[in-house]
Amino acid sequence: MDGPTSATTVSVQREDFDLGAEARHLTESSTDIGALVSFTGLVRGSAETVRAMELEHYPGMTERALETIAAEARSRWPLDGVRIIHRIGRLEPGDQIVLVLTASRHRQAAFEAGEFIMDYLKTRAPFWKREETAEGAHWVDARETDETAANRWDG
Amino acid sequence: MRILYFAWMKERIGTGAEEIDARDTATAHELVALLRARSEAHALAFEDLSAIRVAIDQEMATFDSPITGASEIAFFPPVTGG
Repeated sequence: MDGPTSATTVSVQREDFDLGAEARHLTESSTDIGALVSFTGLVRGSAETVRAMELEHYPGMTERALETIAAEARSRWPLDGVRIIHRIGRLEPGDQIVLVLTASRHRQAAFEAGEFIMDYLKTRAPFWKREETAEGAHWVDARETDETAANRWDG
Repeated sequence: MRILYFAWMKERIGTGAEEIDARDTATAHELVALLRARSEAHALAFEDLSAIRVAIDQEMATFDSPITGASEIAFFPPVTGG
């Protein structure tokens, strides 16, 4: 039962990613998958607002945290595959920053698991953004709305 | 014991990692008291604990968590990835 498609794969990398290639890879070895949901996060900004950002992380803990989040999603929904990619280093407006793919027999599980993974990633995975603006660089503050979004999955 | 700092904690303290002897400290809170005494920069960085998170051996923890036997403690601001 545990074929390649039931895999969870997480990557923390500087390189960009290809959504199409990742989607094909996750679904190619099973025809039981009826739903594939993808979320791609992009860097927002412009010359007047955020010119670039630097992504720092905690090597070792980051990968573990992402794997724990994926495992938690798999314990809550019947998933046939999970793929998480988070980029680090310097990124510019328009760049892809994060990818979450969830594959399942049916769409509801794939949709919900994808949202859950992003909510948990934003509050539990050790990444920090430093934004470069016209006024200088600053560390981004955590948002309370992200915490609220993550807490709705409790209980 | 290895202590790690990330994001603005690292900038304020001036280093990302340091090795300290924390044999007599039982909790993360006690460790913070020890670290605060190390320098002015440490004291400033650890001024407001509500703005800091702690991980013990790469697992999210609280300041009340026991650290006995741990080998790596990290301090950092709330995470902002995604």
